[in-house]
Amino acid sequence: MTAKVVTITSGKGGVGKTTAVANLAVALAADGAKVVCIDGDIGLRNLDVVMGLENRIVYDIVDIIEGRCRLRQAMIRDKRLPELYLIPAAQTRDKTAVSPSDMIRVCKELRQEVDWVLIDSPAGIERGFKNSIAAADSVLVITNPEVSAVRDADRVIGILEAEGKGSPQLILNRLNPAMVKKHDMLSAEDVLDLLAIKLIGVVPEDSGVIVGTNRGNPVALDPKSRAGQAFRNIARRMKGEEVPFLDLEAGDGLWSKLFGRKS
Amino acid sequence: MMNFFSRKRRSAENAKERLQLVLIHDRTNLTPAELEALKDDLIATISRHVSIDPEAVQIGVEADGRTQRLIADIPLKNITRRARMRT
Ligand SMILES: Nc1ncnc2c1ncn2[C@@H]1O[C@H](COP(=O)(O)OP(=O)(O)O)[C@@H](O)[C@H]1O
Ligand SMILES: [Mg+2]
Repeated sequence: MTAKVVTITSGKGGVGKTTAVANLAVALAADGAKVVCIDGDIGLRNLDVVMGLENRIVYDIVDIIEGRCRLRQAMIRDKRLPELYLIPAAQTRDKTAVSPSDMIRVCKELRQEVDWVLIDSPAGIERGFKNSIAAADSVLVITNPEVSAVRDADRVIGILEAEGKGSPQLILNRLNPAMVKKHDMLSAEDVLDLLAIKLIGVVPEDSGVIVGTNRGNPVALDPKSRAGQAFRNIARRMKGEEVPFLDLEAGDGLWSKLFGRKS
Repeated sequence: MMNFFSRKRRSAENAKERLQLVLIHDRTNLTPAELEALKDDLIATISRHVSIDPEAVQIGVEADGRTQRLIADIPLKNITRRARMRT
């Protein structure tokens, strides 16, 4: 196997990176792929609780890097899906415990074992972010339809391009169709106009995401969830499938933007 | 529906316009003051070669995808026509 390493990042905190990693990992694994996700937020571990795996942690990524355990021992197996694993962040250390070359080394070993490595980046554009993107084959930038989130996403896209990571793809999260309709929220079309990168998916604002997180059950496991459907669609697009975009009042212009201006 | 008496700008348009300006500054590191200074230099340089009206010069930065373009519109004074008009 040769895994694809994909990092989800945003610049701004709280826009849905951890939620997206958990849901995309679950969606890919439910489809039969072997998936490892890595919590890159050293000192602010969260992916474990979002995935409902917090009680199973023994070792973490810093234990792997510092040689206290083997890679396999720090891979926590998911309780629902047999081919899904989590490598947790260290909670009592900081970002300096990991370097970009450590991440490249760990991912190199993982590439032999799985189909996908998904990395949950911390907020910001410093060390933790640099660590998280070091090994990435591709990057997904996630943002909300909101001024500060879009501005920070633009900064991150600029840095990724400058670092030679190529143009990332965009996840627009927490879109509220009713507010877009009233012109009180940026539409998907607006955000694409501003950021000028390729869209991989739009996820609606959905209270089910919070309910699912409360229970440690990512919504992508719920066949009836709108947000879950959006995450499942993104997972399929990551695999290269052509999946039509959900109708989320994105604005009529979105369709011409997606299909008329393909790069 | 928009009421005749409450023609408030829709906040999404507001957000988009403000972001368009802020992103151009973030991406180019060019402040409005620096752009003014650039305009003055440009006018001085061009005036050494051709006759222009400084008041008519327009300069700005436009986003084209993720690339920013410096757009300058510099109308040239038409000397011959002026000369003919005077005679
Ligand atoms: N589509 C969504 N609808 C509703 N709530 C969401 C959605 N996506 C994320 N959230 C909530 O937003 C908060 C921040 O999400 P999180 O994934 O922790 O962000 P980050 O990892 O970028 O800091 C969480 O409370 C999460 O449940
Ligand atoms: Mg997070």
